[in-house]
Amino acid sequence: MSRELLLEGLLERPVTIPKPAPSPEALAELARTVDRAALRRLGRSLVIREVDAGSCNGCELEIHALGNAIYDLERFGIRFAASPKHADVLMVTGPVTRNMAAALRRAWECTPDPKWVVAVGDCAAGCGVFAGSYALAGGTGAVAEVVPVHLHIKGCPPSPMILLQGLLALLEGG
Amino acid sequence: MSASPIPLPEHSLAELLAGAPAVPEHRPWARHRVDPATWETLGRLLAAGRFDLLGLWGEREAVHVALFEPSTEVLAVASLDCPTGSFPSLGRLHPPAIRLERTIRDLFGLEPSGLEDRRGWLDHGRWPTRRPLANAPPTHYGTPDPYPFLPVEGEGIHEIPVGPIHAGIIEPGHFRFRAQGETVVRLEARLGWVHKGIEKRLEGLPWDEAARIVGRVSGDATVAYQWAFARAVEAATGTEPPERAVWLRALLSELERIAMHLHDVGFVCNDAAFALVHTHTAILREQLLQLAGELFGHRLMMDRIVPGGVVVDLDAAGSNRLRELLRTIGNRFERLVQIYDDTPSLQDRTATTGILAPGLARRFAAGGHVGRASGRDFDSRRDLAYPPYDALRPTIPVRTRGDVDARVWIRIEEIRESLKLVGRILDQLPPGSLSVPVEPRAGEGMGIVESFRGEVLVWLRLDPEGRVLRCHPRDPSWFQWPLLEAAIEANIVADFPLCNKSFDCSYSGVDL
Repeated sequence: MSRELLLEGLLERPVTIPKPAPSPEALAELARTVDRAALRRLGRSLVIREVDAGSCNGCELEIHALGNAIYDLERFGIRFAASPKHADVLMVTGPVTRNMAAALRRAWECTPDPKWVVAVGDCAAGCGVFAGSYALAGGTGAVAEVVPVHLHIKGCPPSPMILLQGLLALLEGG
Repeated sequence: MSASPIPLPEHSLAELLAGAPAVPEHRPWARHRVDPATWETLGRLLAAGRFDLLGLWGEREAVHVALFEPSTEVLAVASLDCPTGSFPSLGRLHPPAIRLERTIRDLFGLEPSGLEDRRGWLDHGRWPTRRPLANAPPTHYGTPDPYPFLPVEGEGIHEIPVGPIHAGIIEPGHFRFRAQGETVVRLEARLGWVHKGIEKRLEGLPWDEAARIVGRVSGDATVAYQWAFARAVEAATGTEPPERAVWLRALLSELERIAMHLHDVGFVCNDAAFALVHTHTAILREQLLQLAGELFGHRLMMDRIVPGGVVVDLDAAGSNRLRELLRTIGNRFERLVQIYDDTPSLQDRTATTGILAPGLARRFAAGGHVGRASGRDFDSRRDLAYPPYDALRPTIPVRTRGDVDARVWIRIEEIRESLKLVGRILDQLPPGSLSVPVEPRAGEGMGIVESFRGEVLVWLRLDPEGRVLRCHPRDPSWFQWPLLEAAIEANIVADFPLCNKSFDCSYSGVDL
């Protein structure tokens, strides 16, 4: 059965979608926040370390989906690493809780320069449904309360397509 | 000289509570205000296995326990006033209550008297106050609290700390392994990292705003949470949602179950280094989410269920597209099941790994695939039969081996059953309106809905304007997390990801 499935995979039309255009909003934000020279040095590859700093797990589900055969993130040279020490980008979901703020800060400090932070989801931008709670860093839980942010990809949660368009802006906008 | 044990009363739950005053505006199940002696008796009967612990939560000057008696199918809430700021610990008699009592102490400052574990649970000493839900929360300055893990003694024990940030795209938590060589002697989890202050945040909110927050207690089970919240509000206000809305809710709920089980079956295989199944389940799941996004306006179906009804509808064309996709998913999934079943190297990893003993599953009243893979034959869709499941009467799979393999098979069988249920829901979808207005009034309500992990419970109290005075959402993972620690014992450290994924407990759901 495994062999049958692999053979079909070769013969069937691929499920992978064509490459979407980078998000114009993301390009505009990156133009303000990113040192282009540093980003260009990376060439066509980005290694991401994902940090859930307080999420409801909704954003994580959609970030996972980026890796499926339909979006196939790795074909763009973007992949997820297990350690911040191997990463160019921290992808952070929020709201950043007070209990997670120190761990996030440490992950950021472990990430070698040059590095960029992408805040994913409304909560990570400080405008999610939990904002205002005693348990959130800075009261809003915005990632920018704890580490510098270069790109916000909003949504509750942002769909994989929106995530992909944002990441392509980071890859191509440098 | 030892005191002779006090004999356990023979009374049923209903008889025990009959003498205690009932709270008039609590629906649909009764809530009784008990005295400390009855509270204590309930604890002893819990420990004796007569009742299942469904929930235990606090408020400023009282604690509440939700109990289910399987022999009579009676569900009730017992409440104890705590004028002196303490209550007799149930956790000292019945361990499943321990973490819930530590949470009550952290949030409300009510002391579970007799509970040996003095450590904080959700409170790591990093909030600006202590006891954030107490009447006058004291300000907290200073360094985070130390957290001594339970001691382990023996030759050649070494310690492996993992987390809170993990290696994958997963929620944060800390796991402290104590291993002898490759073998886990004890695992202890420390959670609370993603505590967002949800219960405090909900206070005073109008129910429509509160619904959006409760729908994000654990975003992967958003449909179940929204539905449980809606049922609690409807119970409190005496609202009857239209029939079509009830059936559409079940439709969304079964789609969520299929999507999450596909996700988990794939990830268990992936954690056993068998990527093929994962690749294909991920495609099927994506196709389902894309169609959900098109038909209902949100891929994860957040904010689609509201108190009074639903905000989505399904026309004949949409219904046909759903049928067609689910037929494809069903066919393709069966081939993946065959691969799972026919691959000895995969079975070698999952069979006999991470065994959860049926006795423990029963003692913790573990819901979902965790309980049902270890012989606990309970599913709130069948056993509490909330509509439309009273009409649908789903078949509930049960296995007894309790290993990773059994938990995978429960999911496989639940995907099959949910695919059938969706077909039947589409066949029988009644016509009519999608929602009714909810008339604000004071009251208390409880809603229980079966998520893909097990039953989600939402309890709340509303004021006359329909604002939330108090709301407690209880995730099924409260009674599953401690069992993961038991299931991993004597397994090798390298099998932990597999065991963990086969449970797939929620972090956000219990960190609140």
